[in-house]
Amino acid sequence: MDTSTEITDTPPPAPQPSAEQKRAARGATRPGDRIFLGLSRGSGIFLLVIMAAIAVFLTYRASLAISKDHGNFLTTFEWNTNIQPPSFGIAVLAYGTVVSSIIAMVIAVPIAVAIALFLTHYAPRRLRGPIAYVIDLLAAVPSIVYGLWGALILVPHMNGLFGWLNDYFSWTGLFSWDEGPARSMLTVGILLAIMILPIITNVSREVFRQVPQMHEEAALALGATRWEVIRMAVIPFGRSGVISASMLGLGRALGETMAVATVLSPDFLIHGSLLNPGGGTFAQNIASKFGEADEFGRDALIASGLVLFVITLLVNGAARMIIARRKEYSGANA
Amino acid sequence: MSHAAIAEKPASTLRGDRLPKWSPWAIAAGSLAVAVAIGLGAGLDSKVQWGLIAGLIFLVATYGLAARVEGRRQAKDRIATALVWVAFLLAVVPLVSLVWTTIARGVKVLNIYFLTHSMGIVADSQPGGGIYHAIIGSLEQVGLATIIAAPIGVLTAVYLVEYGRGGLSRAVTFFVDVMTGVPSIVAGLFILSLMLIFDMEPFGFAGSMALAILMMPVVVRSTEEMLKLVPNELREASLALGVPKWRTILKVVLPTSIGGITTGIMLAVARIAGETAPVLLLVFGNRFINNNPFEGAQQSLPLYIYQQYANSAGANAAFDRAWAASLTLIAFVMILNLVARGIARWKAPKTGR
Repeated sequence: MDTSTEITDTPPPAPQPSAEQKRAARGATRPGDRIFLGLSRGSGIFLLVIMAAIAVFLTYRASLAISKDHGNFLTTFEWNTNIQPPSFGIAVLAYGTVVSSIIAMVIAVPIAVAIALFLTHYAPRRLRGPIAYVIDLLAAVPSIVYGLWGALILVPHMNGLFGWLNDYFSWTGLFSWDEGPARSMLTVGILLAIMILPIITNVSREVFRQVPQMHEEAALALGATRWEVIRMAVIPFGRSGVISASMLGLGRALGETMAVATVLSPDFLIHGSLLNPGGGTFAQNIASKFGEADEFGRDALIASGLVLFVITLLVNGAARMIIARRKEYSGANA
Repeated sequence: MSHAAIAEKPASTLRGDRLPKWSPWAIAAGSLAVAVAIGLGAGLDSKVQWGLIAGLIFLVATYGLAARVEGRRQAKDRIATALVWVAFLLAVVPLVSLVWTTIARGVKVLNIYFLTHSMGIVADSQPGGGIYHAIIGSLEQVGLATIIAAPIGVLTAVYLVEYGRGGLSRAVTFFVDVMTGVPSIVAGLFILSLMLIFDMEPFGFAGSMALAILMMPVVVRSTEEMLKLVPNELREASLALGVPKWRTILKVVLPTSIGGITTGIMLAVARIAGETAPVLLLVFGNRFINNNPFEGAQQSLPLYIYQQYANSAGANAAFDRAWAASLTLIAFVMILNLVARGIARWKAPKTGR
């Protein structure tokens, strides 16, 4: 690689071609080429413009709302945009978004990694293809269907688990339960975990499949058991891939709207217990409050959406950086 | 322990002792039986507790037996195997339940009448009505979004693969990646902020624009992958014949990868067809049939499901309609997926590797 670039960097001295000859040689002067290049480059620039426009317009409308906010936008525990003076803040939403996503990650990541390992190392060879295919399809199930299922099927089935947690773990404070409907942060977290399972599994499986065969065979040849192969060859190679897969899943969980809106029964308080209904998330609050919001209320919701946008931008950006870094050094291993 | 086993036997075999093949099943059955006995004896009524006890006994018994016969490392291996299987089975339960419930409850009211009538004169709490207006709305919004997003997405991918060098293409690549993660509700809010500025009422095309924003990065990503699969020899052969680059791309590169590109676009369509949040903000929902996506509120399938659930006031008729609409939506998405994958397999470019 290095030698070839060196060669092209120092071409042998040749008679200098005229500017016209140069352009003709590159073939960039044909009108068709110029139009086509313009179109395709324009599309790329258009995408950048959209991203910039999202940031600009959300910020503009958000600033309209925040400037009239009589509470503190960051710390107020209420969302009253229809009264005078209006008072609203994102504290509860930020807390709920983070908590539900953390629950989802704690449940989903180990299970997804285990399923990915199952698909690459444990499942009977004939079953691998079909199972992976089914998981692909499950990733395509619309979130509103998960939401409907969560609200009508999952919520009634959570009572047993909640009662058990309340009986044995209520001393932690996190798991005390007042026997209300199970429309709480824990249920939301579990539903989000089910929803992000397919994407984390898919990406992790791709990474595990790329583990160099030689590493695994070397470990096996030294007498390692299957678990030791996974621990010594597969996991170290796939770690950064799993991290970025998890962050992609986290991005999904943070921005999920409908599944949370159907399952959670929201209020504007921070609850210590994960089992009692209440709380809210950014996306859920936007969907629930939108119907009753006037123009100012919509601006306030846009302000909360801007915060969500920034958070997901950071999470996804970080995930992509990790993937990009991985690409650089995995080339040497392959 | 293992010392003892070795000492008793002539050390002539290369392999250590192994538990028989059927041992995991036997241990599982045994621990289940013990757990049921404990559960009945102690009067625990939660089946979850029985399951947990059975699981614990299984792990302890497996580890103990394996450590005694095969050694500690093998015991750990067996535990890991058991845990991986459990994780898999654990994940299957909700997913099977989801699919099964949707089918079982969806077929109740799903018939030709349901597909060809709107909710115009039916209250949400009453039986009857249908999803015709929602299907029309979904098809129009998703269709318009595809018309916007597909060309821009494909052209961007062409730029990245065929022309892209330097800073601009790196920025586009990065932001396409980041854009994939933009929550659907944020895309909806962006269009909403434009509508607030221009003082517009909800209409179908506004939803299409938000859906197009969500669709573009997906199309770019998949098209890029497909264009990279086209062998360089094809491009070089065409260029060597003096064909201009743009005709090379249009006549050689794109036709070679058209199958994969179509697949990618269809998967993207399947993804945005299920989006509810932006439609809720921008299209608003409508009980009546509105064929014009450029004026007045429309309905869409995912939004219909949400509104039937939210406005039901616990009425079973509304839940039945929501499930039937879910089944329709899932069927639509799955058929798109299957057809897309079929095309991908049928038209896969021959890489010659």
